[in-house]
Amino acid sequence: MSETDETNEPSVAGERLRTIPKWQQLMRRPEMGAVGGALIVFAFFGIVAGDSGMFSASGTANFLEWSAFLGIIAIAAALLMIGGEFDLSVGSMIGFAGICIAIPLTEWGWPLWLAVLFAFAVAVCVGGINAALVNKTGLPSFIITLAMLFILRGLTIAITRLLTNRTQIPNLRDHYETCTTNAAGIRFCEVSDPVAWLFSGRIGEGWFTEIVNGVEVPAWNGLPMVVIWWIVLAAVATFVLLRTQFGNWIFAVGGDKLAARNVGVPVERVKTILFICTACAATLFATIQVLDAGSADTQRGVLKEFEAIIAAVIGGCLLTGGYGSAIGAAIGALIFGTVFQGIYYTDVNTDWFKVFLGLMLIIAVVFNNYIRTRATTSK
Amino acid sequence: MNAPAPAATAPPLIEFRNVSKFFGTVVALKDVSFQVTAGGVACCLLGDNGAGKSTLIKTLSGVHKPSEGEIFIDGAPVEFESPREAIDYGIATVYQDLALVPLMSITRNFFMGREPVKKVVGFPVFDSVFAARVALEELDKFGIRVPDPNQAVGTLSGGQRQCLAIARAVYFGAKILILDEPTAALGVKQSSNVLKMIMRVRNRGVGIIFITHNVQHATLVGDSFSVLNRGRTLGYYEKNEITPDELYNKMAGGEEMASLESEVQQLRTES
Repeated sequence: MSETDETNEPSVAGERLRTIPKWQQLMRRPEMGAVGGALIVFAFFGIVAGDSGMFSASGTANFLEWSAFLGIIAIAAALLMIGGEFDLSVGSMIGFAGICIAIPLTEWGWPLWLAVLFAFAVAVCVGGINAALVNKTGLPSFIITLAMLFILRGLTIAITRLLTNRTQIPNLRDHYETCTTNAAGIRFCEVSDPVAWLFSGRIGEGWFTEIVNGVEVPAWNGLPMVVIWWIVLAAVATFVLLRTQFGNWIFAVGGDKLAARNVGVPVERVKTILFICTACAATLFATIQVLDAGSADTQRGVLKEFEAIIAAVIGGCLLTGGYGSAIGAAIGALIFGTVFQGIYYTDVNTDWFKVFLGLMLIIAVVFNNYIRTRATTSK
Repeated sequence: MNAPAPAATAPPLIEFRNVSKFFGTVVALKDVSFQVTAGGVACCLLGDNGAGKSTLIKTLSGVHKPSEGEIFIDGAPVEFESPREAIDYGIATVYQDLALVPLMSITRNFFMGREPVKKVVGFPVFDSVFAARVALEELDKFGIRVPDPNQAVGTLSGGQRQCLAIARAVYFGAKILILDEPTAALGVKQSSNVLKMIMRVRNRGVGIIFITHNVQHATLVGDSFSVLNRGRTLGYYEKNEITPDELYNKMAGGEEMASLESEVQQLRTES
């Protein structure tokens, strides 16, 4: 252990301050691994599938959309992981939130906005229950939320079958769209709900056009709203983590719960808010998916909890908490989505996707572990 | 029983007068008396494991109420209803685990739980520039040099961590600082840094209660000494009332040590 910095004599503040270049500070950020990974993945597909249409406007929108869905829950999972806990009930919550929207809509005749509001209220309760169980029992959240994974999935299937006698609730659009047929016999449908655009809209249809038969037509359907949600959530979560008091509390609670409590951080409250965030992120995922598909399915979101955790880990989160990044998780989801969609544009058999995923995870964990060791040992 | 002499001038910051604490039939503390003046270091020497250390700290920091005896702050008797109240009196404890998070930066640790906030377009934002500057300045006041306030606390040496925790307590208004074995797990060089830190804090007028097993460290920085053994106090002495040798004998438990010596001698001759 070197003692060079411990001469222990008072000095003028700042005189021996080593200024670290901005780029070097950036390189130390936990998401740098994910940024590097993303660059490699894009370079790879740029070379292998560059002329296949993967990176055309609509191709890009495709893999962005897939990444964005995962990104939404990965960002929330990352915040919770930094806070030192897991939420394995995210995937089941997606299915549960889906029917929490569909059943009021179809069975009880609620307007869409109220059904969505109801689903979010349920999510707050589920997150609150997860948090209360973890806080009160002191048991690992891994096991508590694993139980919740089964409870929610079971409830989803049982309630849906009880009320509708099936496991899918189709044709939801009929309940929030009004359709008219004009004189020429063409059917026009219009969304008659005030909040639907927030989840199912698209923006920028006119950004890219191509000329077909001398007529300028849009080259894509626009950017789905889910991508906007993904970007906005990544920005908000990163801001909260790095620039607010609550962000500091998240790091503190995940880094050392006892230390945090001893200096007055409200540990239980922080965890409760984070569990509510993951449940709400799952509900946002479900809302967008349900409106996109126009149906709800009790099997939606299966295994999504693991994909979210993988994206968060690729993004630099430590499994032990106290370290990580929200933007990293968003980028982790992008890597995930790019490979998942990109593999179809290559000659590679899609069976290899899961192998690749597992390898990525191992590399990310080993890399993160190395970073953690470097950050926590005296120089 | 050597009760502290009544203060001639300013009353001591904190004074324990014959404080005892019982848990049922267990005597955790018995007749503990000592006082700490502003800018003084009161050493609390621990004779043995189970000396009553944690009960003493918890009584000082308002977790336990004394079963007998009285606590005075600035000459007035007080009864702490809660740890919060003790904190309001300016009593701060630096526990052995330091309440630092190794993965977080020096700045974030320094202000953990008490983050400085500024409003940016109506949003309360963590003022990281102010925090980094203050953390560096405060460490600097005590001669702690860190190259970068954003480096993780995990990269600091044990001595530096201890000093960081002390500097934090002082910055947040500690008038009476309880140090729970601050040199326990440290090497010679790092211990000496922490001891120098204690003297610098003392010179700023903070009263320090330095709890330790180490007679050498205690006699170096202490202005008064009390020895705790199995919850009982073996006396309170001002610096000029006792020599380090006498103190050492008291700690080792005098007679016990003598009998141990003879036994060891006997074993030596047997071999």
